[in-house]
Amino acid sequence: MTPTPDFLDGNAAAGDLESLFGTDMTMASGQCHGCGKQMMLAETHAYLGGPGTVLRCPGCDGVLLRMVRSPHDMWLDASGLDHLRLPAPA
Amino acid sequence: MDVRLTAEDGYSTQRSYSVASAPDGETVELTVQRTDDGEVSPYLTDELTVGDLVELRGPVGGWFVWRPEQKEPVFLLAGGSGLVPLMAMIRMRRAVGSRTPFRLIYSARSPETQLFTSELRRGDPGLDTTYVYTRSTPPQWSRPAGRIDASAISSGGWPPDFEPTCYVCGSTGFVETAAGLLVALGHHPGRIRTERFG
Repeated sequence: MTPTPDFLDGNAAAGDLESLFGTDMTMASGQCHGCGKQMMLAETHAYLGGPGTVLRCPGCDGVLLRMVRSPHDMWLDASGLDHLRLPAPA
Repeated sequence: MDVRLTAEDGYSTQRSYSVASAPDGETVELTVQRTDDGEVSPYLTDELTVGDLVELRGPVGGWFVWRPEQKEPVFLLAGGSGLVPLMAMIRMRRAVGSRTPFRLIYSARSPETQLFTSELRRGDPGLDTTYVYTRSTPPQWSRPAGRIDASAISSGGWPPDFEPTCYVCGSTGFVETAAGLLVALGHHPGRIRTERFG
């Protein structure tokens, strides 16, 4: 048996992403800084078990985005993404 | 849908669950599978009673969703309780009277562990359901117990030329296997949407 990787799809981080950005981010697309892959955030690999939320690239496994909630602040490090593109509000 | 539980001492924990119901603006139906050594599911399944309050957020995320405007055929692949969000799509299709053709392959451990059994048996016009049993099958079942494979996907699903949107939900192992088989059979990765539940 190969060990099962302990990640979920980016969908699973939808609630935390929406609370930070104020809109549904699963339909936003981004480009990985490491390998250049384009993907929807819903297609990333989400690691939710730690103190924060980490999204990794499904292509190269590089860290795309980290979110941590402290008692008073939300922290976001999206330095693994070259850009994010989201549908403009109607 | 995110469910947050907070203990009296302020300790708080959160899990995401799939919505099983079609949206009606009033209620949501969640299906929770109990994990014996879990932190949240034993509480939700054993201790939560009518009248208790829980904190809900959602429904969130528009990715793993079928919309009635989509006209292409739909191919649903469910492993175990991965059927839940796909059931929401089937119910949505029924609620709006859509004639979009759906095919579902439902992989369950055994007939006893199947979810939504009677609702699926009643069926819907234009929805074809195929069952794959991984541990034990009903008597005189034509296909021996075993995991989903290329022949099950070919016979129970749409050919890639029909360009269906494929929704795959289940354990990580199921999703990796099923999505890999879909790509190997010629389905475009851009038309395959996945939701792993861990």
